[in-house]
Amino acid sequence: MPVAVRLPTLLRPAAGGRSLVSVEGATIGEILDELQHEFPAMAGQLLTDAGSLHRFVNVYVNDDDVRYLDKLDTKVTAGDTVSIIPAVAGGAS
Amino acid sequence: MRPGPTALRLSAHQLDEMVAHCLRCYPEEGCGLLSGEASTGTVRAVHPMANAAASAGVYALDPREHLRVDLLAETAGSSIIGVFHSHTHTDPYPSPTDVRQAPDPGWHYVLVSLRHELVSTRSYRIVGGNISEEAMVVLGQ
Repeated sequence: MPVAVRLPTLLRPAAGGRSLVSVEGATIGEILDELQHEFPAMAGQLLTDAGSLHRFVNVYVNDDDVRYLDKLDTKVTAGDTVSIIPAVAGGAS
Repeated sequence: MRPGPTALRLSAHQLDEMVAHCLRCYPEEGCGLLSGEASTGTVRAVHPMANAAASAGVYALDPREHLRVDLLAETAGSSIIGVFHSHTHTDPYPSPTDVRQAPDPGWHYVLVSLRHELVSTRSYRIVGGNISEEAMVVLGQ
């Protein structure tokens, strides 16, 4: 089942400059695996070597952060939009 | 790493918007995103945002607000091209935290220093941990 995935500017070059791609998968884990399979340049930018979500990456299903749902096991259905958003932080300290 | 334009182009009003937001947020760090034209480094809009860290020493964007700004920028035919934040008591130079957490080598990183009475602003590129200052070109109306 294809799901729309919104990419941050960082990952767009890996997808030919597109901000929105369509990816097959029933869970966030499957979606991210398929993204890395389809766009190999994204490998290592989404998931850690241990297979968990990279801490500098936020993934939302529609308006909800998957860290507060079922993380990589969060289910997605047709019509959902998955958004990948970089964690933007810093500061003087 | 993507090479990018070596200058940030913006209007005096946009520069004022960043500084005003940082002054409003004081004593906490102020922050926000810049959207515009990535190929020329031209700012089309300044997006003042909440500091989710609510701190005088660190800032963090709220990802949900980030997503809203991203969609707004795309609707306007732009994309996110950078981020700005204030240093309330230090110079306008990226801290080790700023460098470590810089999310995108294609972005422009604007620092607003409120250390002195005269506010100073600088723009940088941060690529692979290396900092390079770039010109801020203030465009006429």
